[in-house]
Amino acid sequence: MTPPERVQPPRVLTDDNLAKAREIIALYPHSKSAVLPLLHLVQDQEGWISDDAMREVAALLGLQPAQVLGTCSFYTMFKRDPVGRLVVSVCTNVSCYVNGGPELYDALQQRYSEDADVTVEEVECLAACDQAPVLQVNYEYHGPLTPEVAEDLVEDYKSGRLTPRTVSGSQG
Amino acid sequence: MAVTETRIVTQRLRDFPDDSHTIERYLATGGYESLRRALGMTPAQIGEEQVKASGLRGRGGAGFGTGQKWSFLPPGVFPRYLCVNADEGEPSTFKDHMLLERDPHQLIEGVVISAFAIECHTAFIYIRGEFALGAERVAQALAEAYERGFVGPDVLGSGFDLEIVLHRGAGAYIAGDETGLMESLEGERAMPRIKPPFPAVQGLYAQPTIVNNVETLSTVPHIIRMGGEEYAKLGVGRSTGTRIFSVSGHVARPGNYEVELGVTFRDLIYGLAGGIPDGREMKFFIPGGASSPWLLPEHLDSPLDMDHVQNDLKSMLGSGAVMVFDETVDPVEIAWRLSKFFAHESCGKCTPCREGSGWIERVLWRILNGRGRPEDLDLLLDFGDNIVPGLGAPFAQTTICALGPSTMSPVVGLVRWFRDEVEQRTGATRAGLERRVTVPMPEVG
Ligand SMILES: Cc1cc2nc3c(=O)[nH]c(=O)nc-3n(C[C@H](O)[C@H](O)[C@H](O)COP(=O)(O)O)c2cc1C
Ligand code: SF4
Ligand code: FES
Repeated sequence: MTPPERVQPPRVLTDDNLAKAREIIALYPHSKSAVLPLLHLVQDQEGWISDDAMREVAALLGLQPAQVLGTCSFYTMFKRDPVGRLVVSVCTNVSCYVNGGPELYDALQQRYSEDADVTVEEVECLAACDQAPVLQVNYEYHGPLTPEVAEDLVEDYKSGRLTPRTVSGSQG
Repeated sequence: MAVTETRIVTQRLRDFPDDSHTIERYLATGGYESLRRALGMTPAQIGEEQVKASGLRGRGGAGFGTGQKWSFLPPGVFPRYLCVNADEGEPSTFKDHMLLERDPHQLIEGVVISAFAIECHTAFIYIRGEFALGAERVAQALAEAYERGFVGPDVLGSGFDLEIVLHRGAGAYIAGDETGLMESLEGERAMPRIKPPFPAVQGLYAQPTIVNNVETLSTVPHIIRMGGEEYAKLGVGRSTGTRIFSVSGHVARPGNYEVELGVTFRDLIYGLAGGIPDGREMKFFIPGGASSPWLLPEHLDSPLDMDHVQNDLKSMLGSGAVMVFDETVDPVEIAWRLSKFFAHESCGKCTPCREGSGWIERVLWRILNGRGRPEDLDLLLDFGDNIVPGLGAPFAQTTICALGPSTMSPVVGLVRWFRDEVEQRTGATRAGLERRVTVPMPEVG
C-alpha cells in the first residue's frame, strides 16, 4: 500500500501573519514552543481556530495536526467553534460570587442568547477581584458592574462607541 | 494603633498612578540603578550575599527560599533558563496583575539581575493569556529596555547577554504550577511533571531552570538597593520583608496592600481594607488563596507569618489572597463554588484529583440543595484521604502537583468550623463520622 499523499494544508494565515509566525518561531530554542503564540495569531485573525488553521500551524512547526489539536483543546481561551465578534467573560469565582457575579452572568446570558455578535461565557477568577463583580469584553476589564450597566457597556461595543480588542485580546 | 502600608514594591505605582509604567518615570525614580550595581558584583555575591541574606521567600505560593532555590542549579550545566511565573490564577489573587500593568520595568530589572546571578541568557515571561493590557505593557517595556541596553547582547556594556521572551498563556490555572508552566511553554498541555527531577536540575527543554513569581522578582532590585541584610531586618522570623496582600470579598476597601510581614490579619482586613461594610459580622476568611484552609474571626490577631500560619493555624499564606465572608454567607455554598473551580481546573493526569475533585463538587452541590445524605461528610473525607492520606497538615499528597490537595481545603474548612451546620443538613451523626478520617485542628492563635 502506498502511503497517502501529503497534501498541502489550505492557507489560512495572511501573508503578513505568515511572516509574523516565522518571526515568532525564531524566538524559541525549540519550535514547538510556538504552538500557543501561533494559535493566538490565528485567533486574532480569524476569530476562532479551525481544523484547517491547526493543520497550517502543524505544517509550520513540523508537527502532526493532532499534536496541535491536543495542545489547543486544553486551553479555554482557544475557541474551536466560531464565537461572536464580542466575547464577554463573566467571573463567578468567590469574590465575585458574593458580590453579584452569578446575577451578572445570568442577566447577560439571557440578554444575548439570541445575538450572534455576542458570546457570553462564565469564567474563573480574572485576578481583578477588587473590581468584583468583574467581566472582560475581549479581554478588556470592566468592573464593578450591575447587569444594567453591563448591558449598556456591551451595547457600546456593539455600536462601535468602544473599540474591542480581538477575541484573543490583541489590539485589532 | 492604626497599621500603615510599608511600600517597597508598590511605592512607585502608588506615588505615580498615571505613568508608573513608563520608562521615563522608571528612570526618574531610580530605575535600573540596581542593575548597574549588580553588574559590578559577581553572580555568587548576588545569590549569596544579597538574595539569600535577604531571606526572600517565593511570593507565588509555596514560600520557598529564593536564594536557596537558585543554589540548587547544578554547577557547569548550561544553558539555564529563567521563567517568570506571571500566570496569576489562584482565585482572589490580583497582585501580579497590578505589578505587570503598572510597574513592568521593575519586573524586567529584577529579571535581568536574577538572570545575571544564575548565569542564564534566555528568560521567558509566561504571562496569563487573559492579561491583555498587562502583556501590552510588558511588551512595550521590553522593547524600551532592549533599546536602551538594559536587555540584549551586551547589557549596559558589561558583556553579559540576555534575551527575554514574552509568552502568553491561553487560559489554564494549572499552567501556574511551575512544571505545568514549562510543559505549556514547550507547546504542550499544561500537565505538571513528576518531581524529581526538580526544575533546577532538569526543567525547560530538560535544562536547569528557575521558576520565580512576578512579585518575587520585582523585589530583587530593592534587595540590591537596600542590601540583603537590611531587607532581612523587615518582617518577622523567617518571613522577611514585605508582601502584597490582595484583600477582597466583603470588605469596604478591597485592594492590594503591601505590609511588613508580622502585622496581623486584623490590621489588614479591618485596618487597611476597612472591615466589613454595614456593621455586619465576619463569618470566616480565607488567608492565602482558594488553596488554603479557612480561618475564623478568632484567628484575626494572628500575625502574617508564613510559618505561624502553616504550623500553628494549619493553613497557609499561599499567594497572599485574603478573602473575607460576612455572616450572610452560606459556607457550604462557598465550599461548593471553590470545589467547582478545582474540578474545572484539574488537569486530569492523576486519578485521585481528576475523579475526587468532580465528586467533591457533586456531593457539595447536593448538600447545598437539601439533598445531602447522612454519609456525605464521610464520603467527602474519604475522597480527601485518597488525595491527602490522613488529611494531615501540611498536606501529604498522592498526586503529582499541589492542586490535588488544594481541592480538600474547602472541605477541611467546612469540617473544622461548620461541621454542625453540615451535619444538620445531611442528617449525619458524629459517631458515624469518627469511624474514619479526622481532620487535625489548628491551635487558636
Ligand atoms: C496548581 C498550582 C497553581 C499555581 N499557580 C501559580 C501562579 O499563578 N503564580 C505563581 O507565581 N505560582 C503559582 N504556583 C506556584 C509555582 O508552582 C511555583 O512554586 C512558583 O511560581 C515559584 O515561584 P516563587 O518561588 O517565586 O514563589 C502554583 C502552583 C500550583 C500547584
Ligand atoms: S494533582 Fe490534579 S492538577 Fe495536579 S497533576 Fe494531578 S490531576 Fe493534574
Ligand atoms: S473572583 Fe472574580 S475576579 Fe477574582
